[in-house]
Amino acid sequence: MTNTPAEQVAGVEVGERRISIPGFTEEGENLAEQTNAAADHSHGGLGESKPVTSGAGSRAKRQTGFDVADFPEPTGREEEWRFTPLKKLAPVLSDTPSDPEAVDYQISATEDVTVSSLSHGTAPRNSVLQPADRAAVVASKNAAEALYIQVPADTEVAEPIRVDITGLKPGGRANSHIVLEAGTHAKAVFVLEHRGSAAFNGNVEVKVGDGASVTVISLQRWNKDAIHAGQHDAEVGKDATYKHVAVSLGGDVVRLNTNFRYAAEGAEAEMYGLYFSDSGQHIEHRTFVDHNSPRNTSNVLYKGALQGETARTVWVGDVLIRKEAEGTDSYEKNQNLILTDGARADSVPNLEIETGVIEGAGHASSTGRFDENHLFYLMARGIPEKEARQLVVRGFLNEIIQKIEVPAIEESLQEDLENELEIHRN
Amino acid sequence: MSTLEIKDLHVSIETEQGSKEILKGVSLTINSGEIHAIMGPNGSGKSTLAATIAGHPRYEVTSGSITLDGEDVLEMEVDERAQAGLFLAMQYPVEVPGVTMTNFLRTAKTALDGEAPKIRTWTKEVKDAMEKLRIDADFANRNVNEGFSGGEKKRVEILQLELFKPKFAVLDETDSGLDIDALRVVSEGVNRAHQENNMGTLLITHYTRILNYIKPDYVHVFVDGKVAEQGGPELADELEANGYDRFLAQVSA
Repeated sequence: MTNTPAEQVAGVEVGERRISIPGFTEEGENLAEQTNAAADHSHGGLGESKPVTSGAGSRAKRQTGFDVADFPEPTGREEEWRFTPLKKLAPVLSDTPSDPEAVDYQISATEDVTVSSLSHGTAPRNSVLQPADRAAVVASKNAAEALYIQVPADTEVAEPIRVDITGLKPGGRANSHIVLEAGTHAKAVFVLEHRGSAAFNGNVEVKVGDGASVTVISLQRWNKDAIHAGQHDAEVGKDATYKHVAVSLGGDVVRLNTNFRYAAEGAEAEMYGLYFSDSGQHIEHRTFVDHNSPRNTSNVLYKGALQGETARTVWVGDVLIRKEAEGTDSYEKNQNLILTDGARADSVPNLEIETGVIEGAGHASSTGRFDENHLFYLMARGIPEKEARQLVVRGFLNEIIQKIEVPAIEESLQEDLENELEIHRN
Repeated sequence: MSTLEIKDLHVSIETEQGSKEILKGVSLTINSGEIHAIMGPNGSGKSTLAATIAGHPRYEVTSGSITLDGEDVLEMEVDERAQAGLFLAMQYPVEVPGVTMTNFLRTAKTALDGEAPKIRTWTKEVKDAMEKLRIDADFANRNVNEGFSGGEKKRVEILQLELFKPKFAVLDETDSGLDIDALRVVSEGVNRAHQENNMGTLLITHYTRILNYIKPDYVHVFVDGKVAEQGGPELADELEANGYDRFLAQVSA
């Protein structure tokens, strides 16, 4: 490829150096500047530009614990709440017991899997998940029994283990706690599928045994009026592999914190996300990779499409490479595709590195728009407008869908995406 | 035999200073198998003509007509124009994120023909066409135009021209930014499409260089949004020798 000077037409780069979509620069820094001046990306974390090591703004110093009193109701001025529409989320932030008729749980698992429950204080409950915000602490407190699904050591579960969580009434409050555990060298896929209407507040903790291979797929296919807050934490064992895939399509407000840390060395952990936000929807994902031990690998990729005047998405990706995490290899990326005017995507990659002895640590963010020129190009080749939009969106999001590796889910998500695109046209 | 007929075409664009007329009465008739070169200085409206034929929303036709075998092209949507057999090889092909070349070519071919091409013959056809245009095979797996150099993008435009087999092609400065080898390869592609499909061609260019490879039947000189003069290939030779000064002098006089 030749390196010629940029050609410009009316001040816009048009020549061969032109990037794929204006603004699609693969750089978080640029994006944060555009979307949110306060989201000054920095290696100190939380917008502090001084080179702190586990300083006040560091992710390492984030409040965690089980005492509701330590987590007052947020005002919206807090760093971790400033993007969130708190009025809408309020129904899941109050210290309120579950409405017993709010949500139905259906578990389907083969016989080699043990399904039981864990009350407060019963291990392994709370051995992985420490509530890190108001939503998580009230869910933890008000979920008397946690659903406990256990895959014994050396067991390879052939079929995905499903938990179908169906909201039965709009605004019906549910506090949920799910503990997933895979023993040493076990192999399993867990699917958590959320549908219906509810004010759902759900914690999920995942204990991945040494040498185990675990995939957790969390599907947010709520009705339009549902509210969902959740914290999904995993601890990944020695030489284990862990993959978390979050797919958020439905719901009025969805706010998920997905996090993992390591128990030892030699693990590979990944988090993927796919979201599609329509007018009025707020979809927020926060990821936190805690490189707390040496020689582990992490990869985070979240991709989202936004369509409609008030469609809103947030991705905040924290990666902390602690002093002891030598030999870490880490990467995180968020990409957004804006399909119509008025939509807004915030994207904040935060990387804190406390040791220089690492394999790699990268982060990227880009937000681009599908504009008139893309549409014109495809239509000029005979492709009708509707199909052109589908082609682009499907192509863009397919990278995440392919990570699911459960064909039935992949197919049904393709259908959902086509329906999402239809909604806007009508 | 098909005919693309442009009659007294007036086209404006919206600018910050209001509406600005770019084409001021263009008339042109192209038949199947004919090659028409449109030459002219920068800013004379050549690319506006190309984009208007393809239906770019930025260009507003204020009067005049474009017909393809009597059918009103201006009434057609952009995709319908392509389906009717019009093709625009763009000066600045757009990069389309998330869509591979393979997927794009098959989707477009299906839309143009109204049915999906037969997988085996289509795959071979694409492969052969890419080889002839010296496009590396792994481009098929890359996203449309993403990270392609200027020359690569132009080859990919001509690849589409060969695969889609339009009745009429408008080549908007396809020669710009090409080195001599690429220019030859691209020109051969256009000539193949011309011979094999009896394609009518509107070749828009600023330079006469490409006319050494693609021989026009007619040459039209475009100045200030109108055809200032037309003739045979000899007109291009005169432009090569004397430039556009003679025509520009007419305008300012």
